[in-house]
Parts: sequence; structure tokens; C-alpha cells
Amino acid sequence: MSDLNKLGLADARDLLRKGETTSVELTESCLSAIDAAGALNAFVHRTPELALERARAADTRLAAGDAPAMCGLPIGIKDLFCTKGVDSQAASNILKGFKPEYESTVSQQLQDAGAVMLGKLNMDEFAMGSSNESSAYGDAISPWRRSDDDTPLTPGGSSGGSAAAVAADLCLAATGTDTGGSIRQPAAFTGTVGIKPTYGRCSRWGIVAFASSLDQAGPMTKSVRDAAIMLEAMCGYDAKDSTSANLAVPNFEAMLTGDIKGKKIGIPREYSIDGMPAEISKLWRDGTEMLKSAGADIVDISLPHTKYALPAYYVIAPAEASSNLARYDGVRFGHRASLDAGDGITEMYEKTRAEGFGAEVQRRVMVGTYVLSAGFYDAYYNRARKVRTLIKKDFEDVFAAGIDAILTPTTPSAAFGLGEMNDADPVQMYLNDVFTITVNLAGLPGISVPTGLDAKGLPLGLQLIGKPWDEGDLLNTAYALEQSAGFVAKPARWW
Amino acid sequence: MLDLTYELPKPKVIAGAKHDWELVIGMEVHAQVSSNAKLFSGASTKFGAEPNSNVAFVDAAMPGMLPVINEYCIEQAVRTGLGLKAEINLTSAFDRKNYFYPDQPAGYQISQLYHPIVGEGEVLVELGDGTARPVRVERIHMEQDAGKSIHDMDPEMSFVDLNRAGVCLMEIVSRPDIRSPEEAAAYILKLRQIMRYLGTCNGDMQNGNLRADVNVSVCRPGAYERYRETGDFGHLGTRCEIKNMNSTRFIQQAIEVEARRQIAILEAGGEVDQETRGFDPVKGETRTQRSKEEAHDYRYFPDPDLLPLEIEQEWVDDIKASLPELPDDKKARFIKDFGLTDYDASVLTADVESANYFDAVAEGRNGKLTANWVINELFGRLKKDECDITQSPVSPAQLGGVIDLIASDAISGKIAKDLFEIVYTEGGDPAEIVEARGMKQVTDTGAIEAALDEIIAANPAQVEKAKVNPKLAGWFVGQVMKATGGKANPKAVNELIAKKLS
Repeated sequence: MSDLNKLGLADARDLLRKGETTSVELTESCLSAIDAAGALNAFVHRTPELALERARAADTRLAAGDAPAMCGLPIGIKDLFCTKGVDSQAASNILKGFKPEYESTVSQQLQDAGAVMLGKLNMDEFAMGSSNESSAYGDAISPWRRSDDDTPLTPGGSSGGSAAAVAADLCLAATGTDTGGSIRQPAAFTGTVGIKPTYGRCSRWGIVAFASSLDQAGPMTKSVRDAAIMLEAMCGYDAKDSTSANLAVPNFEAMLTGDIKGKKIGIPREYSIDGMPAEISKLWRDGTEMLKSAGADIVDISLPHTKYALPAYYVIAPAEASSNLARYDGVRFGHRASLDAGDGITEMYEKTRAEGFGAEVQRRVMVGTYVLSAGFYDAYYNRARKVRTLIKKDFEDVFAAGIDAILTPTTPSAAFGLGEMNDADPVQMYLNDVFTITVNLAGLPGISVPTGLDAKGLPLGLQLIGKPWDEGDLLNTAYALEQSAGFVAKPARWW
Repeated sequence: MLDLTYELPKPKVIAGAKHDWELVIGMEVHAQVSSNAKLFSGASTKFGAEPNSNVAFVDAAMPGMLPVINEYCIEQAVRTGLGLKAEINLTSAFDRKNYFYPDQPAGYQISQLYHPIVGEGEVLVELGDGTARPVRVERIHMEQDAGKSIHDMDPEMSFVDLNRAGVCLMEIVSRPDIRSPEEAAAYILKLRQIMRYLGTCNGDMQNGNLRADVNVSVCRPGAYERYRETGDFGHLGTRCEIKNMNSTRFIQQAIEVEARRQIAILEAGGEVDQETRGFDPVKGETRTQRSKEEAHDYRYFPDPDLLPLEIEQEWVDDIKASLPELPDDKKARFIKDFGLTDYDASVLTADVESANYFDAVAEGRNGKLTANWVINELFGRLKKDECDITQSPVSPAQLGGVIDLIASDAISGKIAKDLFEIVYTEGGDPAEIVEARGMKQVTDTGAIEAALDEIIAANPAQVEKAKVNPKLAGWFVGQVMKATGGKANPKAVNELIAKKLS
């Protein structure tokens, strides 16, 4: 069977169970696709031997009728996840060569569910970025191109490698992490599905921390069904993460009925931002109509504190990051600068961190340090926390009023060209996350579903935001939207 | 329960060249919590292990590792708070204190700045001269200890041992209520005593399990009282913090020299700079470690890896119900129930093992007699062997047996001391030993009389002298005791001699 790598999780699973293919075949198909896709710079550490070993073990289990949910399905893992004995450097030079002695809870659970890791995926350094341009491995490149030029495009970020790999069929699915939109924005840019679950659904243990109160892992897949399958394997209570929720994990796939009759879908007026491209407005209107046709009630809602989300996020996230990244000091692991005679500990810190961290990481560490400083703490950090509480309350109020899910665009535009933002104010880049950041601040689940193409043939996505812990319902609404949208476009292969 | 009442001690007054000064002292005591595992990891807290052998991934701040609170450490902090009669905060939270140092692997210490687990309490600090100072405790918070940097193993390199990194400390913060070097020493010792009773800190100061940062300022007489009336720190002098003291002797020396340093500055018209200082016991001086300008900005903020710590009142009540009798209560009871002196009660309650030992012996016996035997004989004997009460070869039952034999006139006090030594060195049941070795007191006046008659007959000159000077009767007592091997009942001997020589 050819093109096995083009399958999604559900289809491949069904073929495996019917004995029509093997995990080794699937894995080999993906490994060849990866080998042929060096130009995308998606997979930055490949683990073919390990993958084939796990694929063979999966085949044994499949043959024995003892196959767990994701048995034999080849996936990619974002470099932010610590994977035992395999390079895990969060796309940063400061962790160059770091091979952890431990496996993150999420990647372990995927492994326990039988998934086969193909390697590690490119990303923005420490997940800080929206274009995968801050990676120490170099840019990940989108498999998509505009219909009228060959400009290399961003796959989005920070989970850019994951999005590129899934869109280009280098793997069946991939893990991502999302602190301000890092799953949903790249999913939207690459015509894939990405869900950030409720904060606390997935254990953060073993995932290199960016902003601890916002970070969540989630799947990036080729369909909503695949997202349901993979999320179920990834999430669940973990005593090793104090912020992990001790809640049962439902069978998400079984909840995909496509029936959303009577569901109340909120359309937040504050998300109609100035200068939003007409294409995005149209996409949003079309999506609204699709849900309406499927039987949902459409309700105009207000989330009044939305406009404060971006500044609040860019205080809170850097503040936490400045502290989380203090451990990269050259003392115990990772990069240590070579020192000159007479250099002391201060020089070691300064040189190590100056050499090891890229510009965007340094910027955020400095911003974070500043906003936490004596005299500025109340004006920035504390105020941002208050804003966060208000944003959370905005959502609580609309859910309390009976809204089941909220529909917004995922991004304010289609993917942009790599380098196009180089001369822009960093805030221009941060604006990419304007629709996704509120969801992280409120700790809610959010999913991006591809629903259309722009005039130049690039994919666009819509975001659905759900109630806390209600991923099952959210996935079902997304499934209905996916069915209506019938998005089937794939990038034309150029790599 | 009887309340102990004391006079307040006088604050220490130091005469400067120009006028008198008083001391104002506040202390931050760092007590290592007795627990098997660290505050946020399962790694062992055992002292003296191979360097870097008690280190979990999170202790070394490996990427992606997360802290999970050790519930036992919370229990220990609550127990300590209850022991200091302090308010327990059912909701507290952990904050990160950010600073770079190699023995602080995460680049931050997890502590409790904004919402500590324990609020206000009070410690009664007795000075042993009938005075005592109530010292207010402002708060107790939990935090991680740091590792150890080692600079003397290599001329070029420094090394780090993370065994201690992440061990749970309680920081017990006092109000500036301490008024002399002696009170400061007595305060930390009282905290140690209470925590040892509670089993929450072993108080081993040499190994750094109990150490203090001491804040010292000086003020003119009367200023302190104005501060207490108004709560306005403006009435007090600028303080300096002397860091990391782990000896009561050095604490006292450091306070004294620091106060004199500040006085000299002030009397010369200068100003004391608020700063962190270290004490050099060799030179007997304090030195600047970090000036106010160099002070760290710790950028405290709530640790997003840890949810606020919520505990139940019921759980606190259970812990409260399980608290042992504390030193102040025990001492008051010993004074009231056993009629002990304040001094004896203090000695016996100094540590919980001694107090429990005394309690076990005194049960159903004469308290004062028991106190004398425990303090003078047992403690004295143990001290000779450099042992403590937990190593006593004499059990409470054995000592009780000795005391019972005295009380029933079966043996004399003198014989009792011999008996005690036998029990101490050889063991055995005191009553059986007395029986087997014929140590019973002779109360049979016939036998005593016969012995006395013999002595009178053999010493006519002494008899005559004694008749003139009754004080010489003691010589006859000695002779009778000698003749009876010390077993004669001294009371009976005295009576007979008085009769015969009159």
C-alpha cells in the first residue's frame, strides 16, 4: 500500500486492526517521507531505529489482539517534550545535546497507548514565537505556498514543526504545546486541526516550561476525529503535576456524533478587530452559517475585556518565563560558555545565557524581569493578573448565560512569508495571537479547524472555544463544523 | 493549668560616650523541618550522604520537572505553629524568590512571601532569673533550603552539593521584641526546646539545622516604648541584619559588637546604613556583606507550578489534639502538682525526654524527692559518663524502686546512693539487690543499742567530753554507722545516743 503516511490516525488504526497494513509499514512510509522532506526542516531529531523497534512491538501486540488505542500509529513529538535518551533541547542552543533521563508524562502516555515516535519536531525556541523563526535549528517551512509565488511561508509557531510535519504527511499526527496559541495558530496556517485542552487536562511534567500557568499540551492532527483519539491518550491526572486536574477522561471519539442541534454558539463582537481582512470576516461568517445550518443557535455575545488580553499576556507569560528560564545557567546541564581567565560566576552566567538564548528569548526574559521588579510589580504583573481574572469572568458569564461554545477566527490572517516580519515591531508578531491568547488566560479548551482557503490558496482556520473540561462537547461541535466545511485541500508537493 | 508569671527583664543598656542606648533585636530563625523527604521531592534529607546523592530531578531543576508538596512538611509547619500558639492560615501560597546562585539550581527558591502558612504567635522566653520576655512571632513560612557551594576543593573551580537543596525549612520571624543578647540566645533556645518537644526540628545548630539572621538596631531609652505604643518603626534605629548565625555564643557576641558599632557611628554624628552583615568570630567584628544598594531584587511572584495550599480546620484540629504537653505547660504542672521549685522544674522540662522520665518516676511518688534524685543523682551520674537521659542505664521503674526503698525507711539515704550506683553499673531490681546484699536499714533498736554500748564502753574519755559538749554526739553516730555497715537507721541511732549520753 502506498502513501500510508497520508493517512490520519483513525483510518490507519482501522487498517491496522483489519490487518491490512502493519505499524512497520506505516512507520517506514513516514520515515521515507521525512527523509524526503529535509527542505521543510520539520523533524530536527530523527529516531528511526527507535521508531521501528516500537513499530515491531506494536505489530506484535496488534497480532495478539492486545492493541491499546494508538497502537502502531507513527507520530512526531515537539522538541519541548523531554524524551528519555533522545535529544530534547526546546529548539534552544542552551540545551544543545541535552538528553533527559526521563520521559514527559504526555509522551509516556502516548507511548503507553502504543504510538510510535518518529522523532522530534522543530519549534520556536522555548515555544516563544508565532512563526518558528526563533528556532536554534533554523526556520521550519510550511509545505503550503501561495498560488502566485514561491515565497517560503511560516507554518506558524511555536509548534511550527508539528504543523508542517502533519500538513506534509510526514507523520500521522504530532504533539504540540500551546501557551498563547502555539497549537491553534500553526494548525490554522497549515490546514490542520489543533486543540489546546483545558488547563490542567494534560500533565506538564517533563515538558520544558515556558509560562507555567498558561502552558498546555495538545494534539495536532489531520482531522477532528484524530484529535479526539490522540487527546484522550495524552490527557489525564498526573500526581507529578500539582496543577493537573483529577478528573476522569471521557471517550472523546465516542462523543463525535455531529449532532449540535440546539447548541448555543456565541459570536463575540470584540473579536471583530479593526483592519481584519475581509477574507477572515467572510470565513467567520461562513463558519457561523455552517453551524447554524447544522442546527445550532447563533448568539451575539460580548467579552468586554478582550482588548486587554494581549498586553496582560505579554506581562504574565514573560514574567513566568524569566523565572522558568533562570535554571539555564550553565551549571548543571546544557551549554556553558568557555570562560576567560579571571572570569567568575557572574561572567559564566552572562556569557552562557548570552550565547545560549536567541534574541526573542532574551527579549522576553528581560521584559519578564522588568515587570516583576520592585516598584513595577503592581503596575504590571499584579494588574495583568487582575485583567486575567476579568477575562476569565467574561467567559464564565457567557457560559453561565447558556452559551455552549464560542466561534472566532483562529488568526487575523493567513500564513505570512518567512522573514516578512523581520523588520516589524515585535508587537506586530504578537498580534498573531490576538484571538487565541484569551483562551490561555482563561484556561479554556480551544480548537482550530480548517474551514477555507484565502484568495492565494492558503488555508484558514476557525477557532471554537469550549467550557472548561468540556473537550468532548467542543470536539463534537468542531466535528460538525469540519463536516460542514468539508476542507480537503492539501499542499501541492514542492519539497 | 497554672500560669507562670514573671517580671519583664530590663532591656540591655549600653553606655555610650555621650549617653545611654538600648538594644532592639528581631530574629529570623531558619529551622530545618524533621522529615524523611524534601519539601517538593521524594529525595532523602539524610545528613552526611555522599555529595549529590540525595537529589531528585526537580531538586536539580532539570527541564520540565515540577514540584509536588510533601504533605508531612505542611503538617510539621502546622504543628510548629500550634506549638507557638500561632494562628494557622487555612489558605497559604508559595512564591518564587528569584536570584542566581549555583547552589540554587532553579534560579529561584520556593518560599511563602505573600501568604505564609502560620500567622502571629508568641513565645515566652525565660531568662532563669525570675524574668521572662514574651516575644511575638510575626509569621512562619515554609521554604526550600539551598545546596552547598564548595570553594576550597580546587584553586580554579567551585563545586556544588545539592543534597540539601530543597530540604524544607521553616522561617520563624519574630517581631523586634528582643532586648538583649541574652534574650536573643534564650529565644532561639526556647524555640529549639518547643520544636524538639513537637518533633518538628531536631535543633542541631552545629549542622546548621537551626540558624538565625539577627536584626539589630539601637535606640535611646524610651524610644522603644513609643514604638510599641504606636507601632511606628520610625521610633527605632536603622537595623542591620547579621546573617546565618548558628551558635548562641556567637549570636550574643555579634549583637553586642554590632550594637557598639552602631552606637559609635551615631555618637560620631553618622548614620547607620541598612545592610546585611556577617560576623567574624575570630576578629570579633561584623562586616558588610551586602549594602542596601547591592540588595537583591528578588522579584517575588506566586509560583505557577503550585496551587494555593488549602488545608482543613478539621485537620488542624486533629494535629492540635495530637500535640504533646509543651514545655511551659509541663513546667507549670511540675510546680503545681509536685511542688517543685521554678529552677528544678526548668531543669526537668529542658528537654522532653527528661520531663517524660521525671513524669514516669514521680507518678505516685514524692515529687520533690524524685526531682532531687533525677537531677542530682541521675543527671549527675550521666554527666560524668557524658551521656544524656536517653542513654540512661537506669529505667524510671528502677529509679522509682530506689526511691520507694528510701520512702519506706528500708534503706538510708546514704545506702540509697550505693544502691543507685549498683543499679546504674550492674542493673537489677533495687529491692532484690537490697535483700540479696543485706543492705536493709537496721531499725532494730536492740542491735543498735548493743553496738552503741560497745562503743561507749571502749571510749570512756569521748563519753565524758560528749556529755559536756553535745555536739560531739556526731562522733558516736559515725561509729555506730561504721559498726553496722551504714545500715543503722540514723533516726534511731540519734535517739539512742541522746538518751545514753544525757
